[in-house]
Amino acid sequence: MRTVGDQGILGFGLRWAVLLLFAVYFFVPVLWLILATSKSAPQLLELNPLAFGSFQRIVEAWQRIIEYQKGEVLHWALNSVRYAVWALALSLTISIPAGYILAVARFPGRRLLLWLTLITMLLPPSALVLPMFMELNLVHLINTAWAVILPSAFFPFGTYLTYIYYASSLPPDLLDAARVDGCSEVQLFWHIAVPLASPLLGLLAFINFTTNWNNFFGPYVLLNNNKLFNLPVGIQQFVAATSALRPGFNPSPGVMVGYQQAEAALFGLIMVVPVAIVFLIAQRYVIGGAFTGSIKG
Amino acid sequence: MTNQTVSLPIKPLANKARFPGVSRWRRRLVGYLFVLPYFLVMLAFGIGPGLYALLISFADFRTGLPKYFGAGFSNYLAVFKDFRFVFTITNIGKFLLISVPLGIAMVVVLAILLQMRPGPLSTALRTLYFVSGAVTGPVLVLVLIFMLDPSISPFKALLQGMGFKLTNDVIYPGSLPYLFTIMGFFAGAGLWIAIQYGALEAIPTDVMEAATIDGANAWQKVLFIKFPLIRPYIIYQFILIFAGNVQLFVEPQILAGGNNLGVGGNVPAVWSPNQLAYNFAFERGNFGAASALSLILLAIGLGAAYLIIRWTGFFKIEN
Repeated sequence: MRTVGDQGILGFGLRWAVLLLFAVYFFVPVLWLILATSKSAPQLLELNPLAFGSFQRIVEAWQRIIEYQKGEVLHWALNSVRYAVWALALSLTISIPAGYILAVARFPGRRLLLWLTLITMLLPPSALVLPMFMELNLVHLINTAWAVILPSAFFPFGTYLTYIYYASSLPPDLLDAARVDGCSEVQLFWHIAVPLASPLLGLLAFINFTTNWNNFFGPYVLLNNNKLFNLPVGIQQFVAATSALRPGFNPSPGVMVGYQQAEAALFGLIMVVPVAIVFLIAQRYVIGGAFTGSIKG
Repeated sequence: MTNQTVSLPIKPLANKARFPGVSRWRRRLVGYLFVLPYFLVMLAFGIGPGLYALLISFADFRTGLPKYFGAGFSNYLAVFKDFRFVFTITNIGKFLLISVPLGIAMVVVLAILLQMRPGPLSTALRTLYFVSGAVTGPVLVLVLIFMLDPSISPFKALLQGMGFKLTNDVIYPGSLPYLFTIMGFFAGAGLWIAIQYGALEAIPTDVMEAATIDGANAWQKVLFIKFPLIRPYIIYQFILIFAGNVQLFVEPQILAGGNNLGVGGNVPAVWSPNQLAYNFAFERGNFGAASALSLILLAIGLGAAYLIIRWTGFFKIEN
């Protein structure tokens, strides 16, 4: 149907030129980061930037990271998992029933809730971090895991997306029919609405997990106990406290020497790889997800 | 009630239909139960902190303990008078002016180019763009520092060709808005490309076929059909990117931290308004001024979003 002639040779060439240029922009840094774990500081300078060093260097980098502050990295990784999983469980259990009922029921205060959801959705969490700090301070939760977990239970984006999803894809007749058959309101949600929502769940889980896994500002402000850090704050601390980014230079006072770029790169990958896997799984939910279906020709 | 009705041989199907009042009452109660947990976390972690910030912004902290309403507008004045206020607002303004239009334009262009001719190669490229989004936050800053080091970067030929010898030649105050744009696009574009791609896929094929029959060429189809149809998604992206970028914090904060990053001296300790708020609160203990600044930022973000929603009629909530 569509041939080269449709756009002309010029359009064809231009299209590929642009697409491949951006492929380089998006992929080369990632590739470099992976390869950097295999190279020593001198090798990074001498070898081709996209050459491979040795497996031995990767193992060495791994050992150095594990030994850093007696295995603090493992704490951080575990914390990251814990915070993200708690956040996922809490926020989805709270926001999906809310979004569902906002879509199918009519009750006083519903419109107000929708507007508040919309408004709070547009405010990135970092705007609220300062007052949240003072609020959590009042109830003595600063420097506990709950300081990170509890605020992430509020997921207005999830509620709003659920609302749009059910409002556009769940026919009211279906619910009425089930009510006539004697289904209670809770059964309606559990046996009809939830099974219909699998694409939505995929998309929400993806957005929620990546947001919380990458959460930096919250833990950075609300925690000052190293043991409670997650990976993002841990990496920042590692890079600031060691010579990893400038192994060849005179260290500033208090900086731990002996660390090289390979350690920093591997540390970064520890944080990135789980998210990359989630990204790969979730791509189809984003493309075919709850956003689409509302365009009318 | 007549005898006739009572003696009906068939059991009524639904009590709800016969007692609509009871049914409505019960359904309303269930509705409230479903939204209650959400409403509570919204109060605790959305509206509550917002209102608390408002209170604090008028409080006096000079004695250590907050004296509510003791400060009048002096916290706001302190923010406006701080020499870094204009500096950080100018910085974030430049960053927004560059990053928002450029980011949206490139995302739309790439999504259209990818979707024009679907196939395995197009899918592979889309996945490639998308998965790079996994590199974000502190790791992204790390990668940026490596990419901009003319001695080890995979782009060193380009950097050296432009006359750069040290990382500090590339990372300096004037280049920061551009560098943050490059970083933001790297981390966020893939997701938006996938969303816009999905939106383009959702355009019914008969619409595109009709355009072909009417003699529209590929570029006319893009301009007059695809673009107007994905407009709501573009506005959606605009709002979220604007609101997100106004709050820039992680990247400048990490770049400015520590001389052993190799870029310390060239990046001001306080570059973005959010960093200034952080500085007010945690380095100077002036929570009043910090809250005032947070609220000013919040108002800017909300105001912009409100204007966009009003102008475009987007996000309509039915009555």
